[in-house]
Amino acid sequence: MVNKTATAIRGAAAQGVLLKDMKVSRGMRIFRAFNLVFLLLVVFLTVYPFLNIIAQSFSSEGFINAGQVNLFPMGFNTETYKLILADSTFWNNYGNTVLYTVVATAISMVLTTAFAYAIAKKDLKGRSVFIGLAVFTMFFNGGLIPNYVLISSLGMRDTIWAVVLPNAISVFNLLIMKSFFENMPRELEEAASIDGLTQYGILFRVVLPLSKAIMATMVLFYAVANWNSWFQAFLYLDNPDLFPVTIYLRNMIAGVTTAGSAGGTAENVGQIAANIQSVTIVLTVIPILCIYPFVQKYFFSGVMLGSVKE
Amino acid sequence: MALRLDVPPKAVAGPEPGSAKKRRDKPGSWKLAIKRDWRLYTLVALPLLYLLIFRYLPMAGNVIAFRQFQPGGSIFGEKWVGLKYVTLFINDPSFWQAFQNTIILGVLTLVFCFPMPIIFALLLNELRSQKFKKFVQTVAYLPHFMSVVIIAGMILQNFSMNGTVNQIAESLFGTTVNFTQDPGWFRPMYISSEVWQTMGWGAILYLAALTRVDESLYEAARIDGANRWQQTWHVTLPAIRPTIITLLILNIGTFMAVGFEKILLIYNPLNYATSDVISTYLYRVGLESSNFSYAAAIGMFESVIGLTLILSANAISKRVAGTSLW
Repeated sequence: MVNKTATAIRGAAAQGVLLKDMKVSRGMRIFRAFNLVFLLLVVFLTVYPFLNIIAQSFSSEGFINAGQVNLFPMGFNTETYKLILADSTFWNNYGNTVLYTVVATAISMVLTTAFAYAIAKKDLKGRSVFIGLAVFTMFFNGGLIPNYVLISSLGMRDTIWAVVLPNAISVFNLLIMKSFFENMPRELEEAASIDGLTQYGILFRVVLPLSKAIMATMVLFYAVANWNSWFQAFLYLDNPDLFPVTIYLRNMIAGVTTAGSAGGTAENVGQIAANIQSVTIVLTVIPILCIYPFVQKYFFSGVMLGSVKE
Repeated sequence: MALRLDVPPKAVAGPEPGSAKKRRDKPGSWKLAIKRDWRLYTLVALPLLYLLIFRYLPMAGNVIAFRQFQPGGSIFGEKWVGLKYVTLFINDPSFWQAFQNTIILGVLTLVFCFPMPIIFALLLNELRSQKFKKFVQTVAYLPHFMSVVIIAGMILQNFSMNGTVNQIAESLFGTTVNFTQDPGWFRPMYISSEVWQTMGWGAILYLAALTRVDESLYEAARIDGANRWQQTWHVTLPAIRPTIITLLILNIGTFMAVGFEKILLIYNPLNYATSDVISTYLYRVGLESSNFSYAAAIGMFESVIGLTLILSANAISKRVAGTSLW
């Protein structure tokens, strides 16, 4: 960038328009200053709601109800944390989230990888039909009611399957993987088949070991989607012991769970009611905030891989 | 693998049965394709079964919009009732209110949420410090990775009577507003939170496109005397135009389904007048009041409009801009 400006100035000077260009570069400096301030503002506005929730979760009821809590905790209080952390349903639901995420991600990865590998073969007969069948579902779907009727009539209500199966294949992820496999050098697979490997052998011993980066990205995409999902569980699960933690939080936000029903006693029910939602939000957000800085670059590379084709 | 049709003949000497010559005799027959690629077809089988059961069966299940449906009975309903449920929702004022709200929220989303990531990406692109750019990006992507339940919780918290927005309102105007219940404030609340949520991550595809702009184009523009703004207008924007159009088409495709899960979490009966959209209305009709056929009719209407929108957007863009999804 510095070089660019230098080149610009030199080029302009050569053309004898130095004066005009100086003006432009002052405008440029003002723009850069504004840009910097604006982007810092974006950063602050993005982070603020998180900081606010954390501050609320550690504040005491008087300050919360008076609307005095913004960036920092006021009247430090951990009463509500103690209550939620002692709630066995909360831990059970957290465990369910982990279980659903692991199972659903495993199923998704197997289905997506197998499908993507096959339809990446340009001379597979029927390939365009398979791709068409998958892509069409991106733009048209059966809708809420027929899906609900189907899942219910398959007997999947109140089972893990209602949560992990219905969204097993993300066509978006499928297309990213397909274009990755398509861009693999053909010579590798040709050499492997001359060595006597079958198509299975090539997939497991040649292609997959070379696809670790994209597989990691896909696992992350699916894992995050499953970790965050709530609607399937909300629709199909009635038994609180099966709820993922997102439903635990949802019931709190929707007022289904109240300070009283969550186990607040006469002396602390006011405090619990004041920040039970913020505390639960903080407790569900923490794992994501902890791993996010380390994995976010894989998300970016995944999107790059997927968009290279166009 | 050795038996791919477009492989040069000398590379075809693989161990599998069936020579290149044989294939040339009957090109394109299924028998041959299966003999050669049966392993690939076994890989396709399960995913296809998944698509048929969980994607195409529900599509067929939409026939209950025209049939009487018995909970616990066949997923395709019991007997034909014709257009009964279609006429029912066409004469239903609540439906038209939801329809209107859907259109308004959809248009507002396109107007406010679609351009923001483009502007954000262009501004990021002007930063000289790569470290600072990385930092801003990392922070701005964060909301994308949050569950919509968490987002909804934070929206309700920030707009609550003692939340930050009211703290600001009080210090500036000396008054507070019940944002989460006042129908007049639902749209600003929804759109501003949507911008907060989508601006950062939405920029990622534009940033990817920006890294591929040929540096020599800027060089040429500068020699022609273009200033920074003209370079952006004549070089940068045309370079990311295909990305903009592709994303615009995709956005139009999701127009009808605007923020269903988020609205379901943050709306309440007091602001239905502006917050109730087609998808939330059909959710209540179908699953809270168990009018499955009625709700399926509404859902089908919604899906057909969505499909029509994306097909027309794609066709128009193909003709006018030369960019299309397929």
